[in-house]
Amino acid sequence: MSQPRHLAGEFFLSGDEACAEGAINAGCRFFAGYPITPATEIAERMSERLPEVGGTYIQMEDELASMAAVLGASWGGVKAMTATSGPGFSLMMENIGLGAMTETPCVVVDIQRAGPSTGLPTLTGQGDMLQARWGSHGCYSIIALSPDSPQELYDLTIKAFNLSEQFRVPVLIMSEAATGHMYERVVIKSVEELELLPRRKPNVPPEEYLPYQPDDDLVPAMASAGEGYGFHTTGLTHDERGYPAMSVEAQDRLIRRLVDKIEKNKDAIIELEEDGTENAEVIVCSYGISARISQMAVQMARDEGMKVGILRLITVWPFPDERIRGLAQTARAFVVPEINYGQIVREVERCAGGKRTVLVPHMGGTVHNPHTIFEAIRQAVK
Amino acid sequence: MTKVIVSNQKHPLDTYLRTDRLPHIWCPGCGIGAVLHAFLRALLDSGVDLKKVALVSGIGCTGRVAGYVRLDSFHTTHGRALPFATGLKIANPELKLVVFSGDGDLIAIGGNHFIHAARRNIDMTVICVNNFNYGMTGGQLGPTTPLTGRTTTTMRGNIEEPFNIPYLAAAAGAVYIARWTTAHIHSLEHSIGEALAKKGFSLVEAISPCPTYYGRMNKQPTGLDQIRYFRYNSIVRHGIDPRLVGIEANGQIVVGKFVDIERPYIPGATGSGNGRTT
Ligand code: SF4
Repeated sequence: MSQPRHLAGEFFLSGDEACAEGAINAGCRFFAGYPITPATEIAERMSERLPEVGGTYIQMEDELASMAAVLGASWGGVKAMTATSGPGFSLMMENIGLGAMTETPCVVVDIQRAGPSTGLPTLTGQGDMLQARWGSHGCYSIIALSPDSPQELYDLTIKAFNLSEQFRVPVLIMSEAATGHMYERVVIKSVEELELLPRRKPNVPPEEYLPYQPDDDLVPAMASAGEGYGFHTTGLTHDERGYPAMSVEAQDRLIRRLVDKIEKNKDAIIELEEDGTENAEVIVCSYGISARISQMAVQMARDEGMKVGILRLITVWPFPDERIRGLAQTARAFVVPEINYGQIVREVERCAGGKRTVLVPHMGGTVHNPHTIFEAIRQAVK
Repeated sequence: MTKVIVSNQKHPLDTYLRTDRLPHIWCPGCGIGAVLHAFLRALLDSGVDLKKVALVSGIGCTGRVAGYVRLDSFHTTHGRALPFATGLKIANPELKLVVFSGDGDLIAIGGNHFIHAARRNIDMTVICVNNFNYGMTGGQLGPTTPLTGRTTTTMRGNIEEPFNIPYLAAAAGAVYIARWTTAHIHSLEHSIGEALAKKGFSLVEAISPCPTYYGRMNKQPTGLDQIRYFRYNSIVRHGIDPRLVGIEANGQIVVGKFVDIERPYIPGATGSGNGRTT
């Protein structure tokens, strides 16, 4: 292989390929996956690239197994990832829940296609946005990022690995076919320039190690198998020792912490992009490819003299409640274009303090026509 | 009057158990503890560095084993112990991987993972406790319930052909396959020892009583009744074709070592997974 171990420089890559390169540069050394359109190219690229950097690609029998293997690899001390699309994302929900419960750092990429069920396998959608938040049973919190370009698929994959190590939680990258299959210029910094967060390791001897005793930021340190800590971990409700604890009190303590470690650290997690939101009458709030299309509509509206701002959710979960509440102080309305029949719009409406919130839905297959969004903005300004 | 004698003597295996979690949840007469005992003795005998042993369980009565051993241990999701262990083993090939789970977990909900882990020949030892039903949920039909066997979901008797686990494992490519019952603890321990020493996917099936459910519902109401049945109806047939070791209700149980072959395994001596080069 003439390819260098880590890429650096400028490349013409698809979003899927950029995502794989982001993972390699973030230090991911294990990928377990199952072929599925439109995420297959991530698996293919990882199968090619991982052996070059001393990692392993393994193709599992299904997405249940892929997600389980990713968790296992993470407990083996290796940064691990999988990538899928709607049907596979549904199968991964079971072990994403185990990952949340056992606080296992890992990254899950969903290159969304239009559903439900097999839907439009090759065509774009954004219908998994609430599944990302609520898809596994029970109560937990999770982090989900939404890139709007191949460049951001690269950048946010690195960020996802950092967040997963920092908060010991599966981090989801919610992209879509349109971005995953889009080819664009991607600038890749050399690995030396990247800031990569290491795993938070215990700094006490094995006899004193409590695997689920959190630090001040509510996140516990994590030992790996084979390091001599002799720890136990379980998907059952557990105490600080990691032992099953079947009590109301243990459940209360654990679930509050699992949720609070994300929700109370929102400031450290959330990343947003805003343009012209101050003094805007209407704010277009969107994410992923839909935010990119929205920019054209916003420009059209501004050309006609409307005061329109755009708020792009780079972090979708945890949801930026406070920022939207703040914007609702001055804006008259929110316009939310998304490639589904209304998911994130519910969150915006919840925070909009009674201000008009207009969904611009698209059932999937293509991206929005910017004119449709422009029309919605015009209606909202009235 | 029953006199209760509480011994304060330490059991020789206590060091290897999370004694702060005892008493365990298993019923009186259950065989899981006996299988665990055989496993721990075999493990100690094997000379493996215990710090490098990881034990993974799924869900069910047997799945609770992970919570009682003083090893790095993982109690995962129902059926997914094998793919979890696959990731763990590949991430750290130095680890000795043991998957300890029940027949329902490994062969029904985890059946697909079972055949694929065997096919890939992932280097791990699987101990499958087979008690012919789902104990944890109260005695329902399992993938191993013999024809006519009564369970809470087959009160008129099971009409489905059960899986013959050794045959399934052999067809899928396991390199070591043995079966014993809890009436053959020494042989069981010996086979677990051999399985631990084997490179590749090794399987030891341990036929075990579940007096609380399967035994009680099938005219063997105590653990002792079931052990007696195992003891007097088992026949040792080393090397027999695994096709011939299916189990019928109250029928003969063929035990022994059925398969012991060599085949390339993952992670191999030169690396792991597909195309690992360094
Ligand atoms: S229900 Fe059956 S398998 Fe479960 S602990 Fe009781 S006897 Fe053992």
